[in-house]
Amino acid sequence: MNVFGLYNYWIVIFLMMTGFYVVISSGNLVKKIVGLSLFQASVFILYISLGKITGGTVPILREGITLYSNPLPHVLILTAIVVGVSTTALGLALVVRIKEAYDTVEEDEIHQQDESL
Amino acid sequence: MVEAVNIVLLGLLVITAVAAIRLHDLFAVVMMFGIYSLLAATVFVVLDAVDVAFTEAAVGVGISTILMLTTLGLVGRWERRPVHRPFLPLLVVVVTGAALIYGTLDMPHFGDPDAPVHQHVAPRYLEQSPDEIGIPNVVTGVLASYRGYDTLGELTVIFTAGVGVLALLGIRRRRQDEATRER
Repeated sequence: MNVFGLYNYWIVIFLMMTGFYVVISSGNLVKKIVGLSLFQASVFILYISLGKITGGTVPILREGITLYSNPLPHVLILTAIVVGVSTTALGLALVVRIKEAYDTVEEDEIHQQDESL
Repeated sequence: MVEAVNIVLLGLLVITAVAAIRLHDLFAVVMMFGIYSLLAATVFVVLDAVDVAFTEAAVGVGISTILMLTTLGLVGRWERRPVHRPFLPLLVVVVTGAALIYGTLDMPHFGDPDAPVHQHVAPRYLEQSPDEIGIPNVVTGVLASYRGYDTLGELTVIFTAGVGVLALLGIRRRRQDEATRER
């Protein structure tokens, strides 16, 4: 398993960077928010990977089981998922509001309209 | 076996994420995000986080995707092709990624039972929560009792976000309706 000891973390970093790339390279505000959500979900995978113990099991206490995975990252991520969705909702509401005010959700067109005022 | 499943699922996640970058049809991008979240939920099951998995499957896949599709219905489905070249963002992303990978090099390996994260409060939760709280699911016990203030803070965030969404969309809509009725 030593070869794959850091595999999870590297994949998570790759996924984070795809999300980050969408956020900074795309001009469309909806796609930016999808990128943020991709980034967020990859952070969740990082935390859950940290909590896993080889040979451990789900942290629900039962007779005859001695090794459980770490429950603390699970708790933190449960909170983070719900908070993540509420921030996504707020971001999307802002996008809808921007669409009503500028009639576009493309970043450079919004900048053009601001400059021409 | 668990490791093999884990590796395959993470590979699928990479494919969906790259597909989400390359597509310009936002409907397809949102669907890719839904698939990505569902795959992430499957990874959580493999990594023993069942509570997180069903929250992600319900909230991440369900509610997020519906919110994004509703927004697409209001703002339009197609992304305009980018006019500038992607070199600068790509450079920023590669440099950031390299720095993060450098940061992982001295991290404890995946699944290592001696990692520092498993030495502090987690064993105490696992040993004491049956006596102190008395429910078998440790995650629920920690969430509702030991870290109850976290959950209260979470509720504050949700409430604030809800107020924000209503302030941005709900109240103004009603005023517009009234204005049209007066006309």
